[in-house]
Amino acid sequence: MARFAIGDRVRISDREEARHHRVPAYVKGHEGVVERICAAQGQPETLALGEDGEPIQTVYRIHIPQTRLWPGYEGPNGDSLEIEIFEHWLESARC
Amino acid sequence: MTDEHHSHKHPLQTDHPEPSSHHELMGIALNDLLVSKGIYDNAEMNAMIESIENIEPNTHGARVVARAWVDPEYKAFLLKDGMSAVESLGLDPGYAVLTAVENTPEVHNLVVCTLCSCYPRFLLGRPPVWYKSKAYRSRVVREPRAVLREFGTEIPTGVEVRVHDSTAELRYIVIPMRPAETEGMSESELASLVSRDSMIGTALAGRP
Repeated sequence: MARFAIGDRVRISDREEARHHRVPAYVKGHEGVVERICAAQGQPETLALGEDGEPIQTVYRIHIPQTRLWPGYEGPNGDSLEIEIFEHWLESARC
Repeated sequence: MTDEHHSHKHPLQTDHPEPSSHHELMGIALNDLLVSKGIYDNAEMNAMIESIENIEPNTHGARVVARAWVDPEYKAFLLKDGMSAVESLGLDPGYAVLTAVENTPEVHNLVVCTLCSCYPRFLLGRPPVWYKSKAYRSRVVREPRAVLREFGTEIPTGVEVRVHDSTAELRYIVIPMRPAETEGMSESELASLVSRDSMIGTALAGRP
């Protein structure tokens, strides 16, 4: 079951992770909106160690305005970044 | 190159340059281990390399785009379920979830993999060297318009530039906008306008 729905505001966790993971530093701690639900996939942190990746995580595409990611962004306000984030790296941003 | 290195067999292609860095040697060592453990053999490795080298963007990806241009139902199918849509043309979609994103008068899409070099090889063949470079990967997420200008691609300010950072088991193909004055063209003529770069998003489709 997907914890978040399309349109939900979410925050990408800014925790540190020593194992292989697929969350680049530049998006950690940023807020965005769920643009779509992409897939359900195993966790890279344990798959990379030859384990089973369980529990499987919903993968979301998160829409983030560029002007929020980069102070002094050169382009117009509408420009955006979309990135796939596994559910265990997302927190609700509604509270 | 030392004699020691040549004293064992490794499955380098005959035209492969000699390894020049620690990481290349590590890659060869890992490959040797996988072969010696029987995970795969040299013949399988070479067959896979050969099949990827034979994929031409204009025979695979461009066919998909041209079909989407001429057939709105196919385009809807491609946007909804990229893998099945690609398979329906008799092409191999690969193992990762294939996602097509469509350029429109409002949105220009651009693809990068900042963490490594994820790329839809089954549709576009081997990625260009710049796609894997640190410069492209680090710059295109923070100054996409400047990078696009270096490719000769100017996107008007009123159009949203949307960068897709491909971080999971998904692969992206951009459906570029169909150029003007192509109404009478056949599907294969249209496919010839679809460059590799236009399916990454660093270029627009060619003009007839």
